[in-house]
Amino acid sequence: MPNEIINYEAVIGLEVHLHLNTKTKAFCGCSTEFGKEPNSQTCPVCLGLPGSLPVFNRTVLDYAIKVALALNCKIQEYTKFDRKNYFYPDLPKNYQISQYDLPLSKGGLLNIDTGEGLKRIGITRVHMEEDAGKLIHEDNVTLVDFNRTGIPLLEIVSEPDINSPEEAYQYLSTLKSVIEYLDISDCDMEKGSLRCDANISLRPKGEKNLGVKTELKNMNSFKGVKDALAYEIKRQTGLLESGGGITQETRLWDDKESKTFPMRTKEGAKDYRYFPEPDLPPFIISAEKIKEIKDSIPELPYEKYGRFMKEYGLSEYDAKILVASKEDAFFAEECFNAYSGKDKKMLVNWFIGPLLSEANSRSLKISGLNISSAGLLELLGFVERNEISNLSAKVVLTEMLDSQKSAAGIIKEKNLIQISDTESLKEIMVQVIDENPKSVSDYKAGKENALMFLVGQLMRKSGGKANPKIAKELLKERLNA
Amino acid sequence: MIDKKTVEYVANLARIELKEKELDKLSGQLGDILGFIDKLKEVNVDSVPPTSHAISIGNVLRDDSLKESLPVNKALSNSPLKNGSSFIVPKVIE
Amino acid sequence: MAISNGVDKKLNTLTAHELLDKLKSGGISSEDIFSALEKRIKEADPKVNAYVRNQVQLPLADNRKNITGGVPIAIKDNICTEGYNTECCSKILEGFIPPYDATVIKKIKGSGHAFLKLKTNMDEFAFGSSTENSSFGLTHNPWNLDYVPGGSSGGSAAAVASDEAIWALGSDTGGSIRQPASFCGVVGLKPTYGRVSRYGLIAFASSLDQIGPITKDVRDCALLMNIIAGYDPNDSTSVNTQVPDYTKSLNSGIKGLKIGIPKEYFVEGLDPEVNSAVKEAINILKKLGADFKEVSLNHTQYAVPVYYIIATAEASSNLARFDGVQYGFRSKAANLIDMYKKTRGEAFGEEAKRRIILGTFVLSHGYYDAYYLRALKVRTLIKQDFDKAFQDLDCIITPTSPSPAFKIGERVDDPLKMYLSDIYTISANLAGIPGMSLPCGFTKKGLPIGMQILAKHFDEERIFSLSFAYEQNTEWHKMKPDFKP
Repeated sequence: MPNEIINYEAVIGLEVHLHLNTKTKAFCGCSTEFGKEPNSQTCPVCLGLPGSLPVFNRTVLDYAIKVALALNCKIQEYTKFDRKNYFYPDLPKNYQISQYDLPLSKGGLLNIDTGEGLKRIGITRVHMEEDAGKLIHEDNVTLVDFNRTGIPLLEIVSEPDINSPEEAYQYLSTLKSVIEYLDISDCDMEKGSLRCDANISLRPKGEKNLGVKTELKNMNSFKGVKDALAYEIKRQTGLLESGGGITQETRLWDDKESKTFPMRTKEGAKDYRYFPEPDLPPFIISAEKIKEIKDSIPELPYEKYGRFMKEYGLSEYDAKILVASKEDAFFAEECFNAYSGKDKKMLVNWFIGPLLSEANSRSLKISGLNISSAGLLELLGFVERNEISNLSAKVVLTEMLDSQKSAAGIIKEKNLIQISDTESLKEIMVQVIDENPKSVSDYKAGKENALMFLVGQLMRKSGGKANPKIAKELLKERLNA
Repeated sequence: MIDKKTVEYVANLARIELKEKELDKLSGQLGDILGFIDKLKEVNVDSVPPTSHAISIGNVLRDDSLKESLPVNKALSNSPLKNGSSFIVPKVIE
Repeated sequence: MAISNGVDKKLNTLTAHELLDKLKSGGISSEDIFSALEKRIKEADPKVNAYVRNQVQLPLADNRKNITGGVPIAIKDNICTEGYNTECCSKILEGFIPPYDATVIKKIKGSGHAFLKLKTNMDEFAFGSSTENSSFGLTHNPWNLDYVPGGSSGGSAAAVASDEAIWALGSDTGGSIRQPASFCGVVGLKPTYGRVSRYGLIAFASSLDQIGPITKDVRDCALLMNIIAGYDPNDSTSVNTQVPDYTKSLNSGIKGLKIGIPKEYFVEGLDPEVNSAVKEAINILKKLGADFKEVSLNHTQYAVPVYYIIATAEASSNLARFDGVQYGFRSKAANLIDMYKKTRGEAFGEEAKRRIILGTFVLSHGYYDAYYLRALKVRTLIKQDFDKAFQDLDCIITPTSPSPAFKIGERVDDPLKMYLSDIYTISANLAGIPGMSLPCGFTKKGLPIGMQILAKHFDEERIFSLSFAYEQNTEWHKMKPDFKP
């Protein structure tokens, strides 16, 4: 059946490289600080000078175990470093200290939300290694900076359980959120402290065997990963449909061109000549050590998500938004706990609504906004006591964030205290009814919308200060009379 | 045993340029040495664990505390070619 | 050869402990020692070539006048000395001046002693057993200039033997201290793996390398061990155990000491003169009260093949860093890969290329299990042989090398034969145990013969007791080459 249309399924595995935010490098005491003068954070060890020897940083091991446990991996009792041998000018020893056959941990999982429920993505392994230096390509030469050399890296390898660019994106966001909760990495893709390579192959839907894969590198953002995968699916589908084959190769993503290009090959994986690093004795990880680190792991996003719904009655949607960032979740919980009013839902709505949109418009997280829990609750107190309208409160919030003044100060300054006394409101109402005879008759003819228009007019006349609830009651009472 | 092609392949992995004469000589010598090394095949190593370290120690770790780095000029002091604070190599094409 | 009579001797001919006594009593200054060495090096080294980079030869140390109470130590060219060239006698490290000191150098500085800025000759990257593979030309054996001094620490051994150095440091990966010590008639010790820090020793094979002393007698060897031994937080493979005062074990006596003679070491291929010299030494020790018995180290015959797999594999990786990017020689080339290949092709010597390629091969895909992994397993068996033997032994005595020094050029084109000259010393590196070579006689031609004393991990003290007792009852260590420059 030559004309049969084959539906292809993408099979994707991701390899994430994560900088750990230790003070010093993995094997020497040089600083890991970003953005310093080239080669100013180097020593005989990370320069790989002849005769120098590595000594492993205790904190790297602790952090690595922490991440592996948070990803539900099994920590191996016996683990060791190996040398991965290849020549490249960013690698001063021309081998990378990494882990090969006895990695720190194996067999974990991460649940991601696909929008149609949770999906379990297997974690093949989490292992420790050192980063390489940075190459700056100029017109005729390449400059080498070894500041990054030796910065501790975790390699987190997923099983090929991911089937779409969207799932890949979701996997990365979920992973990033877990890592942020552990507070062991900046997770900053721009600084290169989180990098992601992808393996992707296609196979006809229903087929068990894997197709030929390509490895994608050089994606600089989660969106880049998504776009590169989408491009690659299109490219591979095109090749397969035209009867061509896929070449197993490494391809580089070009963000500007939105295309992948084959990379000039370094050595193939089989040429790495891994062997046990003779300069570093192995590590035995005790059960006590594992327990100690396990106990130090904070509540993780998916745990917090469940608790937020249970304890604070948040909807799935609201909880998901709030736990996505650790700092936001902490700020929200601080506010929830400090809140003594009755309308918890209003508080939650303020997070999901005004606070989130203020944060977005300022490219910040909610927790990054210039407002304390006390300041926020003070503002919401005015709303709850009906002293200002919700509308005014939003204006006050913006002003608070811009000027750092207190809610009370701004409300006083702008004279925003709501008019709730019936006599004053009645005066305004009479004017509104006089000025809008058509709406009045519309309402009387059964057009409910007209009432809202009249309330709006009343609000406007009051300079936004009228208590809209009372105003509406008064209008209704009058017009129905 | 090892043929010339293999020696060439391995020399490339090791990034060593060999002249034709060297290649011939080395192939012969490495063949002799590997022939001698093949003696190991007569040892029964089933269930023998490998030894990578002469002394069995483990869990050697240091604290995460800063040490002074080299001054940049010292880090670059042996460089065959440099520019400001960077090493220079012929252009790398990816 | 002549036994020196101790009267009116030049300072450079004395041992370090003799000089220390003189320094203490105020009869001489460190500067006097430097002057004597300087004079000797000027007259003898043009013939011996124990030191390298002669054009920058003098002064032997900076701020010489400020050094008091110390006896300068000669340093092999693979131990990093801040501010002074350290080139492993290889063109690829041409002009390399380390920006840091090896831990042993720091320890020497801290001990009040000094080291000679001039480094001693060696086989390139310690690849060799004759010091013929040096980019600075070969070293001659002071006992007969037509013969090799052994290697790879041939420069250190020849310098000590020719009184161009009082004492010296070498490094030993498969016998590179002990074999040249035996060829040159001096004392050389490879300490237990992990006893002396490797930090700053330019690695050949990381799991086998150790720095150790080459000295004129056993007491100097103990003194130098006191200076260099000890835990180093910069070397993950250095072991954190107490270091004894080794001079205290010199006089512990050897009565009842249980010593093994491994039958696998006294077989065909062993030079008859070496055999009888070692046997004679055993007789002397028997008379002094040591108990001997024959033991078997079953896997001895596999030590050389295991060694040449493990050592070259590690070396191929350790030497990958010599690529012309950061330091040393760089060949001109238009692109990066060519720069790597030309730099390494032009600047590595023949033996270095041979070993790097062999090591790369045994690690490469498809051969790893058959060669490298198998070698690691046989290494276990060799180690177990020693563990078992030392269950009821204090020491093991063997010849250091199957033959005395051989003629210059004799084995250059037969790498396999060259490799076999390490057959008795290699096992100690594979097992990580300490071993000393000690002069125990001469051939009819007047070439020194050495015997090797092995002990269990961290039991250098037994070696010192035994070697000192032997030395006290023999005169070999007092022999000087009759070498007229």
